[in-house]
Amino acid sequence: MISSTSKTILSIKDLHASVEDQHILHGVNLLVNEGEIHAIMGRNGSGKSTLSKVIAGHPSYKILSGSIHFKGTNILELAPEERARIGIFLGFQYPVEIPGVSNLEFLRVATNSRRKELLKSELDTFEFEDLVKERLKIVEMDPAFLERSVNEGFSGGEKKRNEILQMALLEPTISILDETDSGLDIDALRIVASGINKLSKPSSATILITHYQRLLNEITPDFVHIMADGKIIKTGDKDLAIDLEKTGYDFIDKNSKDREMAK
Amino acid sequence: MKSSAICREWINSLPPPQGYLKKEQTIGRELLLKKGMPSNKDEAWRLCNLNKLNSFLSLPEFNKRDLSSKIKSIFPEKDNDRERIIINPHENPIKDINLPNGIDKLSDMEIKENLGEIVKLTNIKNDVSVCLNQAASSELLALKIKSNFHESLEIVLPSIAENSVFTRIFLLIEEGAKLDLLQVFIGKNNSAQNHLIEIKLESNVELTHGLISMGEGHQSSSICTLAVEQSEKSKYSLHSIHHGWNYARFEPRIIQSKGEASTIMKGLQVTKSKEQIATHSLIRFEGPNGKLDQLQKAVASEYSHCIFNGSIAVPQNAQKTEAAQLSRNLLLSKRARIDTKPELEIIADDVSCTHGATVSQLQEEELFYLLSRGIDNDHANSLLLQGYYEEVVSNFPTSANKWNFIEKLIREIKK
Repeated sequence: MISSTSKTILSIKDLHASVEDQHILHGVNLLVNEGEIHAIMGRNGSGKSTLSKVIAGHPSYKILSGSIHFKGTNILELAPEERARIGIFLGFQYPVEIPGVSNLEFLRVATNSRRKELLKSELDTFEFEDLVKERLKIVEMDPAFLERSVNEGFSGGEKKRNEILQMALLEPTISILDETDSGLDIDALRIVASGINKLSKPSSATILITHYQRLLNEITPDFVHIMADGKIIKTGDKDLAIDLEKTGYDFIDKNSKDREMAK
Repeated sequence: MKSSAICREWINSLPPPQGYLKKEQTIGRELLLKKGMPSNKDEAWRLCNLNKLNSFLSLPEFNKRDLSSKIKSIFPEKDNDRERIIINPHENPIKDINLPNGIDKLSDMEIKENLGEIVKLTNIKNDVSVCLNQAASSELLALKIKSNFHESLEIVLPSIAENSVFTRIFLLIEEGAKLDLLQVFIGKNNSAQNHLIEIKLESNVELTHGLISMGEGHQSSSICTLAVEQSEKSKYSLHSIHHGWNYARFEPRIIQSKGEASTIMKGLQVTKSKEQIATHSLIRFEGPNGKLDQLQKAVASEYSHCIFNGSIAVPQNAQKTEAAQLSRNLLLSKRARIDTKPELEIIADDVSCTHGATVSQLQEEELFYLLSRGIDNDHANSLLLQGYYEEVVSNFPTSANKWNFIEKLIREIKK
């Protein structure tokens, strides 16, 4: 899907960030263009989820230095809701349960916030129901989940489908999907992956954060990045993920040992 | 001035004991003169901001001659399947209304036999909330719900500003009757309301009771005592909301007189600015196999104060009682205060009684989740509060929505 005239959607430069005074990101650089699918892999604690939260604007994370630009705009000054409205979507690793808040109402309010930004008319309850029924098909989700409280009592797989349903409704420019494959059985993985594929557009981009190659069998990435110690230490194509699956992350330790030795 | 002197002055300002509540008035006034207003040394009033009680004694008592100028109430249209009784204090409440089929006025003999008896059963010492009402109430709404009645009833009080108002209600619900009761109390500027409600449930009665109590103006106060006696095999569920009062005290007291009954209580109290709202609940099982499911929720913002005191008494003869009490609280400001205290007195040995209390703030992760979907901060907070209220609100009869209380709760309380 990459064409020579691709425009940059997301540009991250030398990003350092901390949470609760712990320095987690140590200089992340990443460039994502229209139509691209990037996969970020790495061990637990390598900073993958932190990166996704920082892009989405989670208030617990502090930016120490560096920049994040979305379509040329510095987003570090923007509140999380403003980032979402201009087209940044974070698919949560652990979608939050919100008792008492109807999933349908939540989806409608969120969709209308985004539509307002896109200068589209707001949808009333009936119009929204038509839209949501159509988008439910993308993730093969039971409409009964619309009547429940947001994510409450959903199984792991249902929560992840609900995330992709939100992506389908919000039509983001960039989707950062944090371990969307975790907790999914093979069938659910296929459905979720096919949903993501259907939603990919030449004018949008996706970042998949994952531990495993299996998601990348379903969604072919243009770039695979490996994160360790809060930065991207290696970038390649889909073959890098295949190699990684075979050899594991041990080479990271070897590399760092070599660096230590060189010192 | 000493509190007893204030009481004397107030009592002197009331008309002398008269009418069919003469005896009650005398009892209330004598007790009040003897005990005076409560002090912080009384355990039940320990946390009460006593200054807030002054309005009950200082505001002029509502007089029916003022009716047209003081009553400004526009009630939402009532549902067709729901009867509505509007109480005008100091006027025979059922003088001008046609009681629906299945509801009768209580006879003088029945009133004599029953009135005050349930409150007496609750054994509360120095019962100021009740004394104040006894001393001043001059009319009584006393109804008998017959066993063939299976409908809905609304009892509402017009909003009266600049006055104190005392109302007294007695409901006898006959064996096998099924009643869906909604009571609405709305307080206006500078007003004080005191309500004393007694309800007797005969066996096999099912009563769903919604109580919406909202102060709407400045300096409105309310004290409401609700005494319920449940006979065996009766089911009582109480869903209450208190909000917007400068001061409110709600005392639901339930006696399962022979056990073998079920009680559900779901309460919500919401405070802002310098308001204080207290719920003092009591449930006593006087026989075996009683059941209780109680949830009390409180939301306190700004400088306000919520109090919950939940007493559960399980004496020796109340074996196999199953009682669960949960107090869940949301503190929305560092200056707000919540006091919550379970009080379980369990003598019987074969029972299951659980209690728990939590105090938390709006969850940051829940808020971030909503924000990350483009929902603005105010709207996200409203959604979260609405979600928090839902557990209590969802149990109200659907017709309660016409009173727009949820919108008011959300509009006025924001993080």
